[in-house]
Amino acid sequence: MNAHAKPSKLIKGATGDWEVVIGMEIHAQVTSEAKLFSGASTAFGGEANDHVSFVDAAMPGMLPVINEECVRQAIRTGLGLNAQINLTSVFDRKNYFYPDLPQGYQISQYKSPIVGEGEVVVDVGPDEQITVGIERLHLEQDAGKSLHDQHPTMSFVDLNRSGVALMEIVSRPDLRSSEEAKAYVTKLRTILRYLGTCDGDMEKGSLRADVNVSVRRPGEPFGTRCEIKNVNSIRFIGQAIEVEARRQIGILEDGGRIDQETRLFDPGKGETRSMRSKEEAHDYRYFPDPDLLPLTFDQAYVDALAAGLPELPDAKKARFIATYGLSPYDAGVLVAERSSADFFETVARGRDGKAAANWVINELFGRLNKQGLGIERSPVSADQLGAIVDLIGDGTISGKIAKDLFEIVWTEGGDPRRLVEERGLKQVTDTGAIEKAVDEIVAANPDKVAQAREKPTMLGWFVGQVMKSTGGKANPQAVNALLKAKLGIE
Amino acid sequence: MSVDEKTVKRIAHLARIAVTDAEVPHLQSEINAILAFVETLEKVDVEGIEPMTSVVPMAMKKRQDGVTDGGIADAIVANAPLSEDHYFMVPKVVE
Repeated sequence: MNAHAKPSKLIKGATGDWEVVIGMEIHAQVTSEAKLFSGASTAFGGEANDHVSFVDAAMPGMLPVINEECVRQAIRTGLGLNAQINLTSVFDRKNYFYPDLPQGYQISQYKSPIVGEGEVVVDVGPDEQITVGIERLHLEQDAGKSLHDQHPTMSFVDLNRSGVALMEIVSRPDLRSSEEAKAYVTKLRTILRYLGTCDGDMEKGSLRADVNVSVRRPGEPFGTRCEIKNVNSIRFIGQAIEVEARRQIGILEDGGRIDQETRLFDPGKGETRSMRSKEEAHDYRYFPDPDLLPLTFDQAYVDALAAGLPELPDAKKARFIATYGLSPYDAGVLVAERSSADFFETVARGRDGKAAANWVINELFGRLNKQGLGIERSPVSADQLGAIVDLIGDGTISGKIAKDLFEIVWTEGGDPRRLVEERGLKQVTDTGAIEKAVDEIVAANPDKVAQAREKPTMLGWFVGQVMKSTGGKANPQAVNALLKAKLGIE
Repeated sequence: MSVDEKTVKRIAHLARIAVTDAEVPHLQSEINAILAFVETLEKVDVEGIEPMTSVVPMAMKKRQDGVTDGGIADAIVANAPLSEDHYFMVPKVVE
């Protein structure tokens, strides 16, 4: 992990190069119906305190009972991160005071987490791959929500989120740039969504990151780190790291010292600032929760869950490359979302994989992005797109007409085969008809003909004219061959 | 092991318990008496013995995933000194 610093990732300071070192704690909300230790709903939103039981409100005498599904999801996530699963783990109390934490402590796992060491392989750009170590994954409770803008002198507290299960996934300090950090979170999110253990919705707070940032001269020991709390979008994670690294370099180059502290990123101002108020209470006094026995299960349970895991992104990517002959980059784009991968496979089945990938990535994704639509809401179905690919493959339509056809299917719908028949979009392969068009163009442009004999690249102009006069339906190879013959160029 | 006055005040603050300076010496000696007893306990050799987490050896009970509770916002805020629209109201806390 501590190999040679890559020059391209270093940050230039006034006094030389610096290397940024990043580790992350990701909080991922577990997908479950009910909370970690109560039967109240985990649904997002809802009226204030409507998804709250007496357990979540920490009423005296209430006891936590663990939700089996949250345990199952944590184990499945651990398996997806190639991590060690601990058959025995322990819940601890993490003590601190805040109005949205009614118990006065968070039930978490400290010394004995449910999941131990693992690793994630991350693509950074088209041709770089890094392996990020996972230190642990543990289960813990979420806190409630405080609203500060409802009243001049009071804060309002809603406990609907209180007690919802979170997985805290802690990485090793293996990341060396904001790009790597963003790629890591993106990959983790993809894995969680494939597994169905977290919906990854950062806008709703289902996935949040605490980012640990420090800087050092290449080859030197780790510097003092600062923790940036609760960054809630992948873009902000990148910005927060850039800004924080610059801040630390500035201090060090001026001969200052970094204080280990918790900071907040303000995307509006583009700066991080100290959260000193929490520093003082940074003594969590963890101890085992006496209300809960150790969490235990057997290896057979873990094995059964392992056997039932879906195909994960890395395996799917490798299979797309091997089976469909895709480039690693295209395969990576397609497997980023399970729904995209499934869509592609429906299009590619029994067809040319590369052509299918081109149409899905370039035409369909391009168009979906433009309209701000997800693949689930694509107006063009996988079967329709498959039919278009078939029509090009068997020479019925040209690539250019295919784009027009795609547009018609997108806006009007319908069976592509029938549309081709009804609207006369078939490619003209009849040499007689093409020859007639070629002759007309040649006859009408004697000056260009002379130029083309001098300069054969002029051929492109003639091809364009013929395609225009045939409404784009002429077979381009046939047009090319005929033109060359008529103009007498090689 | 023993604690000094400063540590007593810190523990009190962390637990959000108001302790006057006059009460500190008394609490300090009580805590130190407890710690002395812990020191006695520490003399027991527990090498290789697992911590006892339950009097009866039993596995932790787990619940099935399903919504069986909630929808009782009236009851949840019933004892709150102040509430509005089912929110708890507390003196303003802003980072």
